[in-house]
Amino acid sequence: MNQVGVGPAQTDPQPRGLAATRAVLPNGVTVIAKQTRTTPAVTLHANVQAGTVFDPAGSEGIAHFVSRTIDRGSERYLSDQIAEQLDSRGVTLSASVSRHLLSLICTCLVEDFEDVLGLLAEIVMRPRFPAAEVDNRRGEIITLIRQGEDSPAVVAVEALLAMLYGPGHPYGRRVRGTVESVERIDSQALRAFHAAHCGPSVLSLAVVGDIEPDRAIERVHSTFDGWEAKAVSRAEVPSVPATTERRRRVIPMMNKSQTDIAYGFVTIAHSDPAYHAYWLMNNILGQYSLGGRLGDSIREQQGMAYYVFSSLDANLMPGPLIIRAGVSPANVERAVASIDAELAKLVEQGPTEQEVAESQRYLIGSMPRTLETNVGVASFLQMVEFFGLGLDYDVRVPDLLRAVTRDQVQAAARRAVDPGKAAVVVAGPYDGPLP
Amino acid sequence: MSLGHTPGSASSVREEVLDNGLRVLIQSVHTAPLATVWCWYGVGSKDEIPGLTGVSHWVEHMNFKGTTNIPREQIKGIIEKYGGYWNAYTWIDQTAYTETATRHALDHMLFIEAERMSRCLYDPSDCESERTVIVSELQGGENDPEQVLDQELTATSFRAHGYRHPTIGWLSDLQTMTRDDLYGYYRRFYVPNNATLVIVGDVDGDDAMRSVVSRFDQVEPGEVGRRTATREPEQLGERSVTVRKEGTTAYLKVGFHAPAAADRDFYPLLVLDAVLTGAKGLNAWASFRMPPPQRSTRLYRALVNAGLASAVSGALLPTEEPYLYTISMTATDGTPLTRLEEAVLRELEAVRANGITPDELRKAKNQLRARLVFENDSITNIAHQLGFFATIASWQMYSTQVPRIEAVTLDEVGLAASERLRPARRTVGRFEPIR
Repeated sequence: MNQVGVGPAQTDPQPRGLAATRAVLPNGVTVIAKQTRTTPAVTLHANVQAGTVFDPAGSEGIAHFVSRTIDRGSERYLSDQIAEQLDSRGVTLSASVSRHLLSLICTCLVEDFEDVLGLLAEIVMRPRFPAAEVDNRRGEIITLIRQGEDSPAVVAVEALLAMLYGPGHPYGRRVRGTVESVERIDSQALRAFHAAHCGPSVLSLAVVGDIEPDRAIERVHSTFDGWEAKAVSRAEVPSVPATTERRRRVIPMMNKSQTDIAYGFVTIAHSDPAYHAYWLMNNILGQYSLGGRLGDSIREQQGMAYYVFSSLDANLMPGPLIIRAGVSPANVERAVASIDAELAKLVEQGPTEQEVAESQRYLIGSMPRTLETNVGVASFLQMVEFFGLGLDYDVRVPDLLRAVTRDQVQAAARRAVDPGKAAVVVAGPYDGPLP
Repeated sequence: MSLGHTPGSASSVREEVLDNGLRVLIQSVHTAPLATVWCWYGVGSKDEIPGLTGVSHWVEHMNFKGTTNIPREQIKGIIEKYGGYWNAYTWIDQTAYTETATRHALDHMLFIEAERMSRCLYDPSDCESERTVIVSELQGGENDPEQVLDQELTATSFRAHGYRHPTIGWLSDLQTMTRDDLYGYYRRFYVPNNATLVIVGDVDGDDAMRSVVSRFDQVEPGEVGRRTATREPEQLGERSVTVRKEGTTAYLKVGFHAPAAADRDFYPLLVLDAVLTGAKGLNAWASFRMPPPQRSTRLYRALVNAGLASAVSGALLPTEEPYLYTISMTATDGTPLTRLEEAVLRELEAVRANGITPDELRKAKNQLRARLVFENDSITNIAHQLGFFATIASWQMYSTQVPRIEAVTLDEVGLAASERLRPARRTVGRFEPIR
């Protein structure tokens, strides 16, 4: 056990695998440390459960706004001082937001670990959101929203999510909000959001690199120790009623060259017992090799698209499976019909035994690549932490995938991807009908 | 061992040249049970003649469509069954193919690359099917105003050199090129004496070399012949291009003729770029996906902190012949491009007149030193860098990056600024949206 005297720690009992060390500090901060010796560098990956699900009605985009301003001044440092400390060490702090998480990620040289950890803690614990910085970043965010409105890909996916979940649902809203909602958000609102949703009990920090786990945890402990435990609100995400019919929407953008198709379904939560069957089903459908069955049909055989793929985002609540394709306007109807046909075939006939075996072998065999870099390991450990999969998940995942049968993959397809219940959005130089 | 301490150092790279001219570079790195292969061809879009623009890239696509000994239907999954990843790219100086998979797949990866070098099929129906895929790829690029502006700026900056046309090609050439054009180009340039094969990973050098010999020894060398070699005449006056198109956001891009990677002032200009927009490093495959540390840079402060731009980025890429140094900006919503243009040109004139400070030089070097560690965090990245530099100059340039950067002086940066950023050598590109 890599117990460091700051709370219960657990270590992967198996001799192989990542065997990361996890500790919960007295104030509730979770630390996951893994030593690697690939480069003389350390990746810090902080997740705070303060994602867009907490955006209140009327202030859509506030979590995203926090992600773009949290590093622009703290109680101890001005924005320029933070910038100087990061830049002088060659460190880029990447702040982003998803439905549930505010993430701050950076990589630094080992020699800079303690300084950068201290700076990260200051940013996470004590941001000030100065008004001048907030006004400036608001202009940037509005520009980003306008850029998105000019992108058929962004427009199609945002419209699809709104159609699947309803525009008021936390999974259906635009991450960046709207120009109107962003214009209403000020420093005070950002500070209030931080106070309500950011606290030690919802922070997990992964430290991956050339540093001993005990030392990493001890340093995180001393750095975050001053952050007092407090109650923070937990996300409440309403369920989504089952769909019984197909929905369609065309958003003409006649100044563009290519048309984007976003076609999708609401599927399952990550905790669903069928998760690994869904993972394989998605791989067979729209991932394996050059885009799975969809890539075979639409790109390789029919030459209709440069890209076509599917992605599965099983989340705390049932997340979407989205099929994306970029096609010439002349091919929209044919491409949508081809997606329908591939889904119908998968639902009715299921995958072949060979396809299941191939995807199993691929997903299992790709684990060493996923875990080759510090950034990859940190991201994997945070995924494991967020979904509560256990520190030995990397060791268990091959058996979990191997245990899935062909029938279970077909059952997942039957449950998830019935084309009669699909939502289909097309954005681009197209204003015709949709199948 | 640690990759970051000695990536690509001359003492750890084994170099051999087969009788047929194939250059082989091998480096053993035992940090993960993986091996990577990159096969590089000294042919890119700069080698294309009018009527055949885009042929290098189309040929790259065709080289995934089956060979004499790998039937078309066996392509799918050929690397995935080893948990592997494979891909390729074409750019102005080179075409590169890569596989990364378990170390046990090394001989299999070499088999694929040997087949690709001389036995691709170019079935006429596959050529036709791929024509529409590539046109779709081109149309996807046209959806993005920044890509449109980049293409216009490049074509305006170059009048004579092959760097002037986009790698994807001009549409009319893509519509008229024939199967024989593609196949002829493939046979001419895909010969061992025009290729570099790089292997990095958990491999034994002798074993790897034996595999290389057994797979490639029988591949016949060929005559590449005379290439187009027009040099770009010196630009005598400022040029500009203004694109007015439907859209939501205004973009500005300023380009200057830059040194080639092997030219004396390449590294001084690289340092200058770090001072202006933040250090990117030198890995075209990996580094440009990670934003640079830039919040304290001159242009970020003058443009983004001033509210004129929502983003600014600089790009100095290592190339075989003199290409461009570009600075790209997104105007914030409502900011006229003239204001942004005045502000950026004022900053560039200031650095031309006064150079940079010792503190800026030190910080830029620190940033670059860190970025060179971060961008060599995987065997795929190390192998990429060895092959990339072998293609444009020599692989030893990769192993001497750190001392070359360390050796840059204030005077050299000042001279690079005053000479390279001369107004007469610049081209200004504007994208003005019509709402």
